[in-house]
Amino acid sequence: MSDNNEKHVFLDFAYQMYKSMKTNEINLVYEGEVTQEITKTFTSLTERNLAKSEESNTVQRKVFNVMVECLQNISKHADSLTDEEEEEGKRGIVMVSNGVDSYNVTTGNIIKNDKIPGLEKSLEHINSLDKKGLSDLYKTQMKEGRISDKGGAGLGFIDIAKKSGNKLTYQFKKLNEEVSFFILTSSITRV
Amino acid sequence: MEVINIPGTDDTPNVILDKGNNKFEISGRSLPEDVNMFYEPILNWIDGYAEDPNAKTEFVFNLEYFNTASSKIILDILLKFEEIAENDNDVVIKWHYHAEEEDMLEAGEEYADIVEIPFEYISYTD
Repeated sequence: MSDNNEKHVFLDFAYQMYKSMKTNEINLVYEGEVTQEITKTFTSLTERNLAKSEESNTVQRKVFNVMVECLQNISKHADSLTDEEEEEGKRGIVMVSNGVDSYNVTTGNIIKNDKIPGLEKSLEHINSLDKKGLSDLYKTQMKEGRISDKGGAGLGFIDIAKKSGNKLTYQFKKLNEEVSFFILTSSITRV
Repeated sequence: MEVINIPGTDDTPNVILDKGNNKFEISGRSLPEDVNMFYEPILNWIDGYAEDPNAKTEFVFNLEYFNTASSKIILDILLKFEEIAENDNDVVIKWHYHAEEEDMLEAGEEYADIVEIPFEYISYTD
């Protein structure tokens, strides 16, 4: 009997989740391992959905760009809660929602606490810049940076801010002494 | 010189490097998982080409999308051609972009700011 009850509670949860996704106009949500294959699948899914919509090509391309960079950030940089999880690969949450004025691409992943001050500093710096400032920073980083062992060029967040044309919104939720959950939202204004 | 002709995929571009036919082109999408691995043979080929380049090189970029890691490699490619140009060879970059894609035009202009090679911008529509 209690087993049956649990099942009903779960069904109710599924329905609540459906409703809240509808209310928040969430088109896509995923939690799990983020690999190149997953990145390709999501971007082509988003591309197909956007192609069906009336959205302008410019906005569609921007959403695509921002998604790729966000997903590749997770697949290169996400940390894990436990060592067992570490072996399962890079994990994170990905959400795409469309509001009246903008598309929002939200990603979340575990990050080691000692990486936060550096990351926060560079995000604050990026958010302090205007279009020209972002373009200059991008050029400097491209000239001076090099491709890391992880295959990144240190350009992801600058590019996201540049392409989206909006400030990056982010938060760090402390989980324990070792790690936090890093959430980032990028908004692409609809034209 | 050997001809490089790599067909494009969902996440890697179509690359043609053909000295004999004077055809140099990177087109499509570039978001490979490992940019260094994908572009290494291309950069090596250009190093070889730099030793005995054609009098005039028109390098075509016709990219629909490239990720940030690829953008760094594209700069490396352009810097190699800048060197070729510095050795009294004609080098022109033909930068194609979709008319609705200002970001792609801006990306070309950013490269043109960094490297001393003439850029021609060519817009296309669907």
